[in-house]
Amino acid sequence: MNGREYEVAVSPKRTLAEFLRDDLGLTGVKLGCGEGECGACTVLLDGRPVTSCIVLALEAQGHEVLTVEGLADGSELHSLQRAFVKQGAIQCGFCTPGMILSAKALLDRNPDPSEDEIRQALAGNLCRCTGYQKIVEAVKLATSERGQE
Amino acid sequence: MSQYRILNSRAKRVDAADKATGRTQYINDLKRPGMLYAALLQSPVAHGRLHRVDTARAETLPGVAGVVTDDDAGDIKFGVSPARYDETVFAIDKVRYLGEEIVAVAAEDPETAFEAVSLIDYDIEELPAVLDMPTALSEGAPQLFDQYPGNVTAEVLQHFGDVEAARTQADRVYTDHLLNKMQDAAFLEPQGCIAEVDHHGNLTLWTSTQTPHYVQRTIAMVLGMPLGKVRVVKPMVGGGFGPKASASNLELAVCLLALKTGRPVKGIFSREQVFLRSRGRHQFLHHMTVGVKDDGTLVFLDHQACLDGGAYSSFGIATIYYAGSLLGGPYRLPNMRYHAVRVCTNKPACGAQRGHGGVIARALFESLLDRIAEDLAMDPIELRLKNVMSAGETTCNELNMSSLGMRECLEEVRARSNWRRRRDQLSEGQGLGVACGFFVSGAGYPIYRSRTWHCTAVVQLSEVGDTAIVRSASAEIGQGSDTVLAMIVAEELGIPLDHVRVQSGDTDYSVDLGAYSSRQTLMTGHAVRNAAIDVRRQVSEALAEIVGGPPERFEFRKGLVIPRDRGIDFSVIRRHFLQEHRGFTDHPTGQHLTFREAARLAFILRGSIIGKGEYKPFRLGGRYKGAAVGTSPAYGCSAQAIGVRVDAETGQVTLTDVTGAHDCGFAINRTQVEGQMQGSLLMGLGEACFEEVKFDDLGRVVNANLAEYKIPTALDVPNMTPIIVESDEPNGPYGAKEVGEGAIMPTIPAIMNAVYDATGIRFRELPLNPERVRMALKAQREHGAVSFASDELCKHIVALLSARRDQQSEE
Repeated sequence: MNGREYEVAVSPKRTLAEFLRDDLGLTGVKLGCGEGECGACTVLLDGRPVTSCIVLALEAQGHEVLTVEGLADGSELHSLQRAFVKQGAIQCGFCTPGMILSAKALLDRNPDPSEDEIRQALAGNLCRCTGYQKIVEAVKLATSERGQE
Repeated sequence: MSQYRILNSRAKRVDAADKATGRTQYINDLKRPGMLYAALLQSPVAHGRLHRVDTARAETLPGVAGVVTDDDAGDIKFGVSPARYDETVFAIDKVRYLGEEIVAVAAEDPETAFEAVSLIDYDIEELPAVLDMPTALSEGAPQLFDQYPGNVTAEVLQHFGDVEAARTQADRVYTDHLLNKMQDAAFLEPQGCIAEVDHHGNLTLWTSTQTPHYVQRTIAMVLGMPLGKVRVVKPMVGGGFGPKASASNLELAVCLLALKTGRPVKGIFSREQVFLRSRGRHQFLHHMTVGVKDDGTLVFLDHQACLDGGAYSSFGIATIYYAGSLLGGPYRLPNMRYHAVRVCTNKPACGAQRGHGGVIARALFESLLDRIAEDLAMDPIELRLKNVMSAGETTCNELNMSSLGMRECLEEVRARSNWRRRRDQLSEGQGLGVACGFFVSGAGYPIYRSRTWHCTAVVQLSEVGDTAIVRSASAEIGQGSDTVLAMIVAEELGIPLDHVRVQSGDTDYSVDLGAYSSRQTLMTGHAVRNAAIDVRRQVSEALAEIVGGPPERFEFRKGLVIPRDRGIDFSVIRRHFLQEHRGFTDHPTGQHLTFREAARLAFILRGSIIGKGEYKPFRLGGRYKGAAVGTSPAYGCSAQAIGVRVDAETGQVTLTDVTGAHDCGFAINRTQVEGQMQGSLLMGLGEACFEEVKFDDLGRVVNANLAEYKIPTALDVPNMTPIIVESDEPNGPYGAKEVGEGAIMPTIPAIMNAVYDATGIRFRELPLNPERVRMALKAQREHGAVSFASDELCKHIVALLSARRDQQSEE
């Protein structure tokens, strides 16, 4: 869990989103629909984006989970976080953690995605504020920054 | 170079980093010690008589801490407009929509609360439901309310100029209609709240709202509490777009539970409950007749409309007025008549949503302009340019365009979209359309009749002036108002943006009517600017006491306080500062007096430095009935050119490109202005092409989830070329006015006009989803003409409206 191992007892009915939010206090995991449709609760399970509201906490046993809280290195923002801030890709911010994690999963497997590939990768994360344009621009910006590093 | 250092820039939002790292707390992220969880019993039928409610079994379930019913809530009515207060916290005697609140329960955990709800016994005698406009208006229809005979919650009849006389002057006359579908705002964050009461009966409500002030007043009124004992606090809000702009039954029920149990209570909506609460876009049927001269000059508009309001009035009285008044501009239109009714039906109540009231009326009007241009063999942009108003002009319904960059918007869009060249080069299935629109920049009057300030604000300096704290009840809901206010204060005090901290959304801080009608930048902007100027005056006066000369001699910039005339000897001030701050590492240096030193001096001489500012608009608009709705100190305007591709096989409409120009007067933050334009495009595209809240014949919402209620994804929204036009609004702070809602006005008609360009079909019903488009293309191929379900409906409703008007003129 964000690089740390936890040994916990958890009810078999508990969703991963409930567990992360209520038991671990990782409220960067947002709940927008509870049905795996909006993407606000996206976390990375072994690097793969999943909607944690329809994943059972038990399914995460023995796997690596990354939430938005595990992304920044101390006070140093992750390149995607920096790009989202700089590009104006954040308005209400409710979709932002999930959006950034979906983008990270994309860049980890495809360091130089086309705009179409970026849009495909973010299609499961709904945003009602931005029109997505500045989000796509932010992912492109992070891509180019990563390339330079 | 800009005269401003921070304003007009692309400053980063003050809340962005916390949002990007997951630190930001929304309502569902908050907890209070000993907190209970609320659940609601909601009506399972659309219309019924409520005979008996027995909560005994629920109350005795272990883990249940309290149950509240209408016995606790009383029967004080509330709503949005005092003239149409028609809601109670819980249904009394009758339920009017499927989802209406009947009882609320608080328990130790959500599961127990839900179980308790399932143990409530009740009898509802089902009544025939009214689910559409023609049924509502039909003779002998079931009646929802005693006070709304014929199920009409509002009726408007306005006449400006003389439409009958103008008919004889028009060379050509065009008539058409348009029907949309109820839209959900689909903000990502469901509504929720937490209420807590202290030993002295002080109630605090944390809630996901756009309008802390109105929620505070409604709670005090409905629960019979002194206003000062009610505090409403808005945490960060995950989008609002209108439906979060009034007090809800959930908020009131949770307050009642907290009062009854003495413990904090939290209530959070599920996504389904968001759909049932609704308050989103009404369904509108608009019918318009427009007369023009042969040269394209607009002569008159005769306009009829019917609105399906759902079960309660909510914002509806404003909606019905806006749907007429916002056609007064941005074109010169000397004669305009408007007759509309808003009916109630057994469905969730509709309210205000981005572009409140005006969006569908605008869509039909701009579609008619397109048709007129074609008929007159004029370019549609030329036709619009021929009729646009200029700054300073007043519409026939007395809305003053104190600034208006409408012409500039159109010209920019024409140039940047390569309009002329592209219109001639479109291939099969492609189309290009244009449209305009405008919107208020803050409602001219509060929702309740009052002489209140629309905004008050406070700017307080820290004891050493290294931070300016802004306190305001304004509502950051994602649109970026906190950043705008911080930028204004930083500019006025000449300090860096990160030396300003905004505390907003709390009724303990100030009075602010909140985030609706696109008012925060103009109105709260004025108040905060005035408060910052007040701070500057106090610091200047304190400084002048010590160094002499008039207080006006000081200029505040780059973190310094510099006399305009000649140098000053501030060595004593600096020495005192340094002495006081032994051990600190960030000592002021350099040859100029720093803001921190000046602020510290002012604090030493005068105590806390607190500046205050207020704003309310001057008297606006005409004196006719309903004149208040549509008035504003300023109007933002927009033009868009949109390219589409229509797949003849599937009926799929795809947006290929968008060029949008918006006149925001002056862009406080250029990135945020673009963000509002691009976000407006998304919502307009959704409404034009796929969004529709669907009901079955029992009045159930059948797509109350984000899988079946389709909002645009990253694959649906094209990139927009955003063009910012700045017309320097005389009534706005620094010349600024709105962008949040005006920018949505052209989107739907520009898409409709582009689809006509691609297919030769003028759709009279929305949304333009593949099914509707494919059927229309098929009908056109097979019959050479297309009919819509809205055709018969329109004929029917227009006949009913005409009969009402005739009857009224006889009376």
